[in-house]
Amino acid sequence: MGSGEDSDGKRSLPEHLERMRSRVEVGSKVPSNSEGVYYSGAYSSMGVDNSLSVSDLEKRLKVKILEKEKDRIVFELIGIDAPIANTIRRILLSEVPTMAIEKVSFFANSSVIHEEILAHRLGLIPLDVDPNLFDYMEEGAEPSEVNALKFRLKVQCTKVAAVPAEAKPSLKYHNSDVFSSMLEWEPIGEQAEVFGSKPPKPVNDDILIAKLRPGQEIDLEVLAVKGISKDHAKWSPVATAFYRMLPQVELLKSIEGADAIELKDMCPSNCFDIEESGKAVAVRPGQCTMCRECIRHGDWEEKIRLSRVRDHFIFSIESTGAIAPEDLFMRALQVLVDKCGNVVERLTESLDVSSAQARASTNKEHLSHLTRMSTGR
Amino acid sequence: GRSSSWRLVASSVVEFVTLGIGMGSSGGDRSLEVAGDDPSCVTIVLRGEDHTMGNAVRYMLARRPGVEFAGYSIPHPSEDRLNIRVQTVAGGESAAEAFGGSVRDLAGVADVIAKSFLGALEEFSTSMKR
Repeated sequence: MGSGEDSDGKRSLPEHLERMRSRVEVGSKVPSNSEGVYYSGAYSSMGVDNSLSVSDLEKRLKVKILEKEKDRIVFELIGIDAPIANTIRRILLSEVPTMAIEKVSFFANSSVIHEEILAHRLGLIPLDVDPNLFDYMEEGAEPSEVNALKFRLKVQCTKVAAVPAEAKPSLKYHNSDVFSSMLEWEPIGEQAEVFGSKPPKPVNDDILIAKLRPGQEIDLEVLAVKGISKDHAKWSPVATAFYRMLPQVELLKSIEGADAIELKDMCPSNCFDIEESGKAVAVRPGQCTMCRECIRHGDWEEKIRLSRVRDHFIFSIESTGAIAPEDLFMRALQVLVDKCGNVVERLTESLDVSSAQARASTNKEHLSHLTRMSTGR
Repeated sequence: GRSSSWRLVASSVVEFVTLGIGMGSSGGDRSLEVAGDDPSCVTIVLRGEDHTMGNAVRYMLARRPGVEFAGYSIPHPSEDRLNIRVQTVAGGESAAEAFGGSVRDLAGVADVIAKSFLGALEEFSTSMKR
């Protein structure tokens, strides 16, 4: 990025400009310098190149996984800038496809829950299926094994004999609670072989869909299709996905003794520790939430400087369970690549069209010139 | 395991596979318009895209040597229009070429991130086994 290694013979930026380029300052009243310096010629007057090529990024990028659980991953992306990080975050949130219930057909519903409410609730149930195995279902297309999943829900509530009236509903009644586990998958066509070993089902068995009392019945059939969260939030693959920029806590002056104790107690995120020498040290800046309590009062702002490192992102992705969080990140990158391909395709098409049009109009001019000559005008 | 079967696209590969993500299912207009008389000063108009592509492409353009101006706008959220303005230095590549190159580079960036991420996953699983 221009502040290159001196061994390459590249000139680097003066300290204050490098600080401006690489840090977002967090003051007690307001953050400053939040705009990034992205223009390739920003420092051309100083002979420093601020451009970025894919190979530059390859040298600079570092990725480190911090935490990894079944449905959650926390990792660092160092060396990319906010526009790219945000684009990936936006794709995770709105454009990575999943499967969700879309069409609900009722055969019977004598419960107190209206059909549209039940349909809405069914749509929000996360389904443990890989959407990559399916195509999108077009408008008015027939549901088939490649674009839909069928489930059945048939529950009747009955009274259990000889249970006293004061007892809990779960003892008095059979099927008084309708759970997501009661959705039964009905394979279409070849699906039985494809999914035989891992039948599609809701991610969570214990989602309460409706409550019933004796005599009430729910009998319905649903179709689940592939979609994206931009269309309806039920298709969201993430519980959430977010990033933070790495916080930086710098002690401008040495803080010792009573001041050090005051500082350590002041911080609600427990970022500071006191060394044996009595000096305070920012030992866990990563935990800093930028609450700014440490610079809010008195002249503390002269002693501590808070900032964020502009090209260091700590991503957190929590999956709803259908797709593993590390796969979600990869799929988001794939969506980005596909979008780029789509735009390049459109660009080539439109440039072909416009060059064809240009050729056609020059032909016309050429022909009219000939006509004028032949009629002697 | 699962992660090793990923299809990655290197930035040098010119052909991209379009899956019509989102746009296909909603049947949106997928046209692209290049507006402007001077080849070095052009506004690309995209439909069916938003800040997700707009800001990313603008960033790649701005970081590209030879690009004098790069900006994007969405005039109104109710209107399906993303404008990307590119102006290039005289005597260099045309604005449309710069745009195409930047979009390809964006795919290249995604590729680099994907490879690094897979490497980091490997490292993490080996360090967990210890």
